Amino acid sequence: MTRKQRRLVLIGSSLGVLALAAVLVLSALKDSIVFFNSPTDVVEKNVQPGSRIRLGGLVKPGSLQRGDQLAVRFEVTDGNRAIAVSYQGILPDLFREGQGVIAEGMLDTGGGFKADSVLAKHDENYMPKEVADALKKQGHWKDDAGKKK
Amino acid sequence: MIAEIGHYALVLALGLALIQSVVPMVGARLRDDTLMGVGGPTALAQFAFVAVSFTALTACYVGSDFSVTNVFENSHSAMPLVYKFTSVWGNHEGSMLLWVLILALFGALVAAFGTNLPATLKANVLAVQSWIAAAFYFFILMTSNPFLRQAQTPFEGRDLNPILQDLGLAIHPPLLYLGYVGFSISFSFAIAALVEGRIDAAWARWVRPWTLMAWMCLTVGIAMGSYWAYYELGWGGFWFWDPVENASLMPWLAGTALLHSAVVMEKRNALKVWTILLAILTFSLSLIGTFLVRSGVLTSVHTFASDPTRGVFILMILVLFIGGALALYAWRAPVLKQGGLFAPISREGALVFNNLFLTAACATVFVGTLYPLALEALTGEKISVGAPFFNLTFGPLFVPLLLVVPLGPLMPWKRGDLLGVAQRLIGAAAFALVVIAVTFAATSGGPVLAPFGIGLAAFVMAGAVTDFIERTGLLRVPFATALTRARGLPRSAFGTMLAHSGLGISALGIVCASTWGVEQIVSLKPNAAVSLRSYDLTFDGMVTRQGPNYSETIAKFTVRQGGAVIGIMEPAKRTFPARQSSTTEAALLTRGASQLYLSLGDPADDGSVAVRLYHKPLVLLIWLGAVVMFLGGGLSLSDRRLRIGAPKPAAKPAMQPAE
Repeated sequence: MTRKQRRLVLIGSSLGVLALAAVLVLSALKDSIVFFNSPTDVVEKNVQPGSRIRLGGLVKPGSLQRGDQLAVRFEVTDGNRAIAVSYQGILPDLFREGQGVIAEGMLDTGGGFKADSVLAKHDENYMPKEVADALKKQGHWKDDAGKKK
Repeated sequence: MIAEIGHYALVLALGLALIQSVVPMVGARLRDDTLMGVGGPTALAQFAFVAVSFTALTACYVGSDFSVTNVFENSHSAMPLVYKFTSVWGNHEGSMLLWVLILALFGALVAAFGTNLPATLKANVLAVQSWIAAAFYFFILMTSNPFLRQAQTPFEGRDLNPILQDLGLAIHPPLLYLGYVGFSISFSFAIAALVEGRIDAAWARWVRPWTLMAWMCLTVGIAMGSYWAYYELGWGGFWFWDPVENASLMPWLAGTALLHSAVVMEKRNALKVWTILLAILTFSLSLIGTFLVRSGVLTSVHTFASDPTRGVFILMILVLFIGGALALYAWRAPVLKQGGLFAPISREGALVFNNLFLTAACATVFVGTLYPLALEALTGEKISVGAPFFNLTFGPLFVPLLLVVPLGPLMPWKRGDLLGVAQRLIGAAAFALVVIAVTFAATSGGPVLAPFGIGLAAFVMAGAVTDFIERTGLLRVPFATALTRARGLPRSAFGTMLAHSGLGISALGIVCASTWGVEQIVSLKPNAAVSLRSYDLTFDGMVTRQGPNYSETIAKFTVRQGGAVIGIMEPAKRTFPARQSSTTEAALLTRGASQLYLSLGDPADDGSVAVRLYHKPLVLLIWLGAVVMFLGGGLSLSDRRLRIGAPKPAAKPAMQPAE
């Protein structure tokens, strides 16, 4: 093989692998990403039951109920709307009423949310960043409701 | 007083760094030995001053000097002494100080041990190293000064984040930083080569030990972080594809590629331009990792209090260094002479294959990690990219890579014979097939892909053994001859075998633990029993105990197997009053390489407690594999060729000493 042919093989195979990676990435991005929504988003964007989302907000104080077999129910609120979440399992250490939480799962047909994982990952202000942003958005929306919207 | 000394020392280090970033480079340009000679002593002095600064902060922590804001916010007088040491870097400011300490350490090491480097190369490397250092000294002094005092001295500190009060903090960050920052040396060498416009095989030989050292530290640093998350976070997982984890995985993947391409460059004088690019990319990914973790764009246990100015500052450093380096690369790389022809089927070809797939895998991790950030910045839409994405992208790219691992070392340089190599691997392949068949038979009805995963891991390990057999002629020549040949083999050959088998060991652990791990969540009353696989556990009751700065509730479990008691497990919940937070302490029972894992949930009012039980088969192999890779790297590093350093540059072959 000449130098040129060898280089062509090299460049060709590099492009091949890159294309393979790109195809994998694009197809995975289509199916396996999860959108973050606040309770208000869920209503406004009309999120359909059965599609996987992350629901974030504050655990509404006084809403936590424990049932049998480690079943728990609590409400997630952003100050504007609240959605009832049901979950079965152990809540994380950092889970508290009145503090930020992210639940991943699907809406059920009754308007509730069935979570299969609950995260309370946050910095020392007890607020996941996404939740803080969502609340700010809500707060902002309320403040300027008369002026902007 | 001590804090002020530390602050002052850091300012002096900055001053030295500024001198070192200009003078040696001007010297190299003018071929002035005196100016070039400035680099060495300033690098050593810089390290000394940063060390003074770091020691001062440590002294503030050990002495619980709460007039220093940083100490007040992250320490507590009742904390055990070891955590007072580790909490120095258990916060943003201190961890950045550790970062520059290691950066200065590497600069000093080059100054001290780079005696056989050509003077101009050494001067340029030290100057580039100092650019990075200066940028980060500025960053610390302007936005993250750990030595700031507060007007009133509080009586007690706010305590370190309880999750960080663990021995993991003593090991994981320093090792990880040794890895991250260690790649700065390969970066500096690459930039120096571009500035000089000259590069040869000797360059690769100088760069390799530094890259190898950084890679080794990063390997165990990541493994240690993974094990820490496994036992501390209480979810029983070893890898979450969390952006912060990905931030350390990306430099590792690029660094692994760099390690392999540097071999081609050293041995065959080929792939020069590519190796330089990889060296730049690897450290750039380290910088991006630092940015992701330190800027507060992500929320995780690694993110301490965030301050937007810091993010902007690190982003500026990032843009400056990565953009600058790539621009320099685009401008100067065409100057570098290409060399070393090879056929596609050859050792070089195999290493190119390795590089292609490693960088492609790295790119998918990069997209998966940064896409959510980019999307949020552009559209405001928030998404999360998790394990499913990476299983679909990273997985398929890593499988061919593992398949080729055993082929590479058996392939001759320049021109190889795929059939011949395949013949030599028949034994390994047969072994892998038997393993697949046995696993299938043993787990009939189970997951279909897992036996293939195990077979692949077995193939990688058997490949390493084949490599040994082929090199020594074992089984073909008399045993004594094989032994003599084995003694004669360079240590780096053993290093390769060891590191590759470590990869197989980790792969085996990952497949087994994630496929056949079982999980059970139950609510138990005292004296109740629960079984998991062949283990029977009885919940004996709860005990409370007082720790130095926490109180803990311990659930006692007696574990029996076949009626015989094999251990007591005590998962606990700790409550830290200073931060009013609690942590879950998982209990682990190790049987061979498998583990039984218990973690506590919330106790209910009726005296029952929620418990998560896991059985993780062969889970320890995941981290053991990383340790084996580390040892392989170490063996390679101790190779005589690397220890005695590189020969004189290829430009003067006549001067080469007969070694």
